[in-house]
This record gives sequence, C-alpha cells and structure tokens, in this order.
Amino acid sequence: MDWTALALSLRLAAVTTVILLALSLPLAWWLATTRWRWRHVVDALVAMPMLLPPTVLGYYLLIALGPRSPIGALLLRLTGESLPFTFPGLVVGSVLYSLPFAVQPMRASFARVDRELLEAAWCLGADRARTFVRVVLPLSRAGVVAAAVLTFVHTLGEFGVVLMLGGNLPGRTRTVSVAIYDQVQSLDYAAANRTAGVLVALSFALLALTYHAQREGAFRWPTT
Amino acid sequence: MLPRRSLLLLSLSALACSRRPASPHRVAVAVAAASDLRFVLAELLADLRSSRPDLLVELSFGASGSLVAQISQGAPFDVFLSADESLARDLVTRGLADPRSLFRYARGHLALWVPRAPHLDVPSLGLRSLLDPSIRRVALASSRHAPYGRAAVAALSASGLTAAVTPKLVTGENVAQAMQMAQSGAADAALVSLSLTHAPGVASAGQIYVVPAALHPPIEQGGVVLRRAADPSAAAAFAEYLRSASARGIFARHGFDPPAP
Repeated sequence: MDWTALALSLRLAAVTTVILLALSLPLAWWLATTRWRWRHVVDALVAMPMLLPPTVLGYYLLIALGPRSPIGALLLRLTGESLPFTFPGLVVGSVLYSLPFAVQPMRASFARVDRELLEAAWCLGADRARTFVRVVLPLSRAGVVAAAVLTFVHTLGEFGVVLMLGGNLPGRTRTVSVAIYDQVQSLDYAAANRTAGVLVALSFALLALTYHAQREGAFRWPTT
Repeated sequence: MLPRRSLLLLSLSALACSRRPASPHRVAVAVAAASDLRFVLAELLADLRSSRPDLLVELSFGASGSLVAQISQGAPFDVFLSADESLARDLVTRGLADPRSLFRYARGHLALWVPRAPHLDVPSLGLRSLLDPSIRRVALASSRHAPYGRAAVAALSASGLTAAVTPKLVTGENVAQAMQMAQSGAADAALVSLSLTHAPGVASAGQIYVVPAALHPPIEQGGVVLRRAADPSAAAAFAEYLRSASARGIFARHGFDPPAP
C-alpha cells in the first residue's frame, strides 16, 4: 500500500476543492443570472473538460505549461520553476479538469432560487453581496455541498491528466491512481488490489458520510 | 457555518500534511527508466545499497519515447536509461544532456512469451507459434515510442509473418503493459523484452522463445546523465555503477548481454 501516494492525492483533492469553490461561486452565479447573449458559449467552455479525454487535456496542459510555450516561459521567468511535473502543476490541471463538477451543481441550484425573494431582499435594503450571502447561498446549500464533494472525489480518482502532466514521480506527483497503474505494470497485482481497495473504501465513506450529514441537516445555514 | 464539512476538510488536509512525502532535496538521483528494466533495476538497487548506502535512487518507468517527451518538457530527472541508445542520443542533440555522459549499459533481447498453451512447442516453433489458431491476441509495446515494440515489428517482418499476425496484434504503451496483457489472459502471447520474462512468477508460468538477434536491429540500451541533474556527481556515480562488474552480473541474470564496446 502506497501511503505517500494516498496522502498526495488527498492533499491534491483538498487544495483543488478549496480553489474551485472560490472560483466557481461567482462564475456559477454569473452563469445562472446573466442575460448576456453569448452566455451559452461560456457554459459550453465550462463543460469542455468533461468531454475531452483526460489524457488529451493533460497533454495540451503539458505543452501549454511547458518551458517552450509562451505561458510556460513567462511562468519560468517569474517563478524560476516550470509547472509540469510539480504539485502546483497538478493543482492547475485538477482545477481545470474538475471545473464542470464544481460549477454545474451550483449553477443549477442558483437558477432555482426564486427571483422574487431577491427582489424582496433588495427592497428591504440588502445590497447584492448581502443578498447573495443571506438569501442565495442558504437556499442553494445542497448544490454547494454537492459541488464540493463531487470536486473532491473526482480529483481523488483523477488519472489521465496526472499521468501526462505529473510524470509519475514518487512522493511528488505519483497520486494514488497513478500508483495503482504503476503497481499493475510491475505485475504486482496484490499491491494494486490493496491500494484500489483503500481508494474505493475511502471514496465510498466520504460520499456516504456527506449524504448522511446532508439528510440530517448538518449543512443548514445559520439564520441569525 | 458548515461546521461538519469544514471539520472534514480540515482533518483531511491535516492528514495530508502530516504525511508529507519525501522532499525533493533528499533525493540524490531521480532515474527515468525504460519499462524493460523494472525487475533488473530493483535487484541492482538492492546491490548498490550495500556499497553506496548514501545514494538514494528514485525510479519512474515508462516507454523510452514517452520518457524523452517528458524530459524535453522539463521533467526533473537526473539520469535517463533508455531501451534504445538512439533515444538517449536524442537528448544530447536537444542540448539536454552532455555528449560525454552518454553510455551503454546492456544489450537487450526480444522474447516471445506464451502462457496457457501447453499444446504448442513454442521453443521449437519460434515466432511461427503465433500462427496457431489458439493464439488470438498478441501483445506488444507501441512500435512508435517503445524500442521493443519496434524490434517486435521488425522481427515479424523479417520472418514473413507480418500479414498473418498483424490482425492479432494489440498494443500496450510499453513492454510492461504488453506483458501484463498476456499475463492477465487478455492476450494469448506477448512479444516483450527477455528481461520481463525473468520477472518473479513469470518464467515458470509460460513458454519462452528468445527471438534471434539477427531478425531485428540490435537493442543497444544506452543511458545519459541530464544537464539539469540536481547532484551531477551522484548521478555519475550511479551511471558508473551500472557498468561495474557486479552490475553486469545482475544484468546477465535478467537476460541482458554486455553492451557492444
């Protein structure tokens, strides 16, 4: 059992979830409320990572972030480090890869919020930010929780992007799914089975715990 | 707010941080190695540990061609061990490695491995065993970026079997994956490196035929120390060890010949 790889995957999933929640809250709200005529183009762009094969996404990220691309060269000049084959590189890849899983549940919840409630809040003197925090978020908490859990679990099981962008470096970019792949290639099926078993059990426990907590109302917004 | 979920996230990140992986600066030599070296390198490292316990070697495996692609995109490796010397020379041409660090460490053999076919006499039939109707799928490594895949395609062509066997071919990304396809039963035979058929539990599980070296271009396995090596002297020491007498002995036990001078 490769505990280092499991810890790396958990860290990657946690960091990705935090970043994606912060990015997706405004983006999902904008998508749910804007009347801009080209909004469907943005919708389609957000969904793209779901359609692209992960290895293809990983390959183009590798090229785009590599030292020979303009973006990669700029990053290299600014930070002295190139992103592929590093943990921050994996975070960038995972944020893109899991973007639709964060945006879409929230966007769907936001779209269901009754507009009259928003107008009522504005008439009572709440500004837009306060309305969002006090009215929209409490009514959409199921979508926000679903977005967080889906992002976390989706990143935990990520394979193609990490394999292309990470280079399978033990302790640095070898996540748990890449470790399983490596164990299978070493013809060490027993180790692969153990690692896969731990990954499945962990993901299942996380999902079951979240759904249980959601039913028990643990995710209720404070009302005062 | 959201107390339980925050707790969950917090405890997860705590768990993730408490088990920080070995930090890069403790790694002396990061090696990108061709997949045919998986088992021989495990034994070589065990042997190296007795003479150089201070040398910490970290291994990543892949098809030689894929590893070259990763290295040219900046993958942080110190030493590249290719299944094919020409790919190591590629890195020199691209300015990623010093030409003086280029070295040969072994000559590889292509082998046919056939499990679960007791009715076939593979050692005497040779590659013609692949014509048997019970062999429906033959696994080999990608002929695009894996040297043993190229050798397999060349050997089939030199034996006049290309037309008959091509419909049966299935391709793995590298030799280890091709081996795994045959071992799992998804394929009925594999054209892989002789070294992989020396893996624990593999040799006894099937019949082996060593493909004559005349049927394909020689598989001169070469390596190179990369310019970006974090600790060039440690990397050079590792390269030096691979050419030592005791390493040669281990290579020989895994089906490699000494390299051409």
